[in-house]
Amino acid sequence: MTDLSVMPPKKAIGPIQWMKRNLFSTWYNVVLTLVVAYLIVTSVGPLISWFFVDANFMGSDPKDCSGAGACWVFISQRLDFFIYGFYPGEQQWRVDLMFLLLAVAFVPQFIERFPGRKWLGLFGVVGLPVAGYILIPGGPFGLSEVESTKWGGLMLTLILAYIGIIASLPIGILLALGRRSEMPIIRGLCVVFIEVWRAVPLITVLFMASVMLPLFLPEGLNFEKLARALIGITLWQSAYMAEVIRGGLQAIPRGQYEAASALGLGYWRKMGLVVLPQALKLVIPGIVNTFISLFKDTTLVLIIGLLDILGTVQSTVTDPSWQNVAVEGYVFVAFCFWVFCFGISRYSQSLERKLDTGHKS
Amino acid sequence: MKKQAINARTYGVKPWYDPRVRSLVYQTLAIALVFWGGWVLVENTLSNMASRGISTGFGFLDETAGFGIIMHLVPYDATMSYGRTFWVGLANTLLVSCMGVIAATVLGFIIGVARLSSNWLIAKLALVYIEVIRNIPLLLQIFFWYFAVLSNLPSPRQSADLGSALFINNRGLYLPQPVPQEGFGLFIAGVVLAVFAVVWVAKWARKRQLATGERFPMVKVALAILVTVPFVAYVIAGDPLGWDVPALKGFNFKGGITVIPELAALWIALSLYTASFIAEIVRSGILSVSKGQTEAANALGLPNRLTLRLVVIPQSLRVIIPPLTSQYLNLVKNSSLATAIGYPDLVAVFMGTTLNQTGQAVEVVAMTMAVYLTISLLISLLMNLYNRAVAIKER
Repeated sequence: MTDLSVMPPKKAIGPIQWMKRNLFSTWYNVVLTLVVAYLIVTSVGPLISWFFVDANFMGSDPKDCSGAGACWVFISQRLDFFIYGFYPGEQQWRVDLMFLLLAVAFVPQFIERFPGRKWLGLFGVVGLPVAGYILIPGGPFGLSEVESTKWGGLMLTLILAYIGIIASLPIGILLALGRRSEMPIIRGLCVVFIEVWRAVPLITVLFMASVMLPLFLPEGLNFEKLARALIGITLWQSAYMAEVIRGGLQAIPRGQYEAASALGLGYWRKMGLVVLPQALKLVIPGIVNTFISLFKDTTLVLIIGLLDILGTVQSTVTDPSWQNVAVEGYVFVAFCFWVFCFGISRYSQSLERKLDTGHKS
Repeated sequence: MKKQAINARTYGVKPWYDPRVRSLVYQTLAIALVFWGGWVLVENTLSNMASRGISTGFGFLDETAGFGIIMHLVPYDATMSYGRTFWVGLANTLLVSCMGVIAATVLGFIIGVARLSSNWLIAKLALVYIEVIRNIPLLLQIFFWYFAVLSNLPSPRQSADLGSALFINNRGLYLPQPVPQEGFGLFIAGVVLAVFAVVWVAKWARKRQLATGERFPMVKVALAILVTVPFVAYVIAGDPLGWDVPALKGFNFKGGITVIPELAALWIALSLYTASFIAEIVRSGILSVSKGQTEAANALGLPNRLTLRLVVIPQSLRVIIPPLTSQYLNLVKNSSLATAIGYPDLVAVFMGTTLNQTGQAVEVVAMTMAVYLTISLLISLLMNLYNRAVAIKER
């Protein structure tokens, strides 16, 4: 079998041939490659030296920064503020514990064969809010109380995104069922609700929540600013969630609905036992994607005066004792968001491939 | 459902097991609940506003606003009414949205095609761009452009100039403004004439193609007409366009068109962010056209250019248009982030300053939301019409 005539020609493989085919196939590809390569080489060098070579990592105050490169001292000095906001230092273990619980509940979801993965997930959806409700504001079990005005930073971002998604899920399911209901009035109400929330920007919703909600409520009943923002985010997010879930409901073949009816199941049992379990499984990637966009959108709360991670950075880069650290601050926040969003979106893509059982059409 | 209901009736089922009765009851309950909720809200709001001394109604729109706005397309000064601030904000929102839609579309299509390029380096660069930009919050990108890039530009006295007509500094970008002079009407007439001529030739070419099957080089001819006729008119009228060039006076530039940094930062960030989403849409649209279509077109003897124009692009547009619409809607909604850097859009001016000064929360928020609702409905309507035009015609 060592007949040379059946082997591939030597020049068709190997790096040179690869470059010839993928970089220099035509004259305009040659020009493009050279121009782009030149741009990359000239911009990467200064970037690396700014990020690492000339950057200052050690130190404790603005004088330790040479100014030639990035001043990472700023980040390390203010890291506590960026993560916990004004949460008192001796109580920060409570937040750390919540971070740990969050990781324990959700990191195994990325690992296929982790024992008890489902139970951990269930804990993440049901147990975690309870734990958080006790731990973070404090009160019971002799934990000292920390008002919500002191929460901030990464912690606040995660709280907003997590509660926004968990609370909007049941509302979204109900809205999606309502939109596909056979009762015209219920359907009409759901359509109007969903379309109105989807048409307005989140900022107007947040403004409404912070300015108008106090007017709507009876006198004496008042929410903190954070709770008002959460109500706005949840209502807004539930409209998006409803549309995602509706996609899943539509993807379930008619036969499933009919078979469940034929078995004598009523509406709620038909939906709860037959349709929704299949539909929700189908739309997990969609839910994950809405979560990513919600996670990015939580930064908007800084406009109504809550200090999320971007808010804490934005308020410190204008601090006169540190000069010209805006870029470092933004790069830090961008990196945090990027790692999170990119990781989750990769996970959602792999999930999509895995769940694609081919009966969608 | 209906058939079942009739059956239920004939077999003498109790009314509370009859689906038709049940559905009526549920819907009545739902309506009652909504009305009750609405009534409670209105009641609460009215009593709350009364106790805070806020008057209701839209009367405040005629009162004098008394604050300045750094950029206005509609004539405006501080002596004008709150109603006018609404229009100023709306015009600014529409301006940045239109600019953003155009730039994001162009950029998105270029990057989406680059993502599929046979050139490995270009394809990877497009991939990196998409993955980096779309995973970073838009607000952060706006901050980056505004606080980290544009405010670090040189001050007016050291501003960078391009050909001593175009200036960039930390107060904005200064462009020469075209000023039409006598005889400019002739040039406009030339443009109109050229457009009509192109439409007429296109009709004629189409008729000829249907009759004889011969194709007419429409693109080249149209370009030739569109360039030559207005140019000739321009020359005949004797250069009827003057330029108002910005010049440094005192601490800042005077004259010309000023693009304030807030607008520039918002526009750049919105375009770059939305382009990364549009690029992915374009890529999936092009990939959705099966290879068989291209091969069939080649087998029919169509050259590559025509294959692209007549076979691939029309089919991929069907896949691209619906998600593209929602990206446009997102861009318009995201333009409201302007308020974070002080670009005077509808939310910043009307929902921000006007609301704070008048305290008319309900009216102001309702008007602002109504505007976004209208824009959203309009864009989806237009795009649905267009979508119907390019959709598969099933006969």
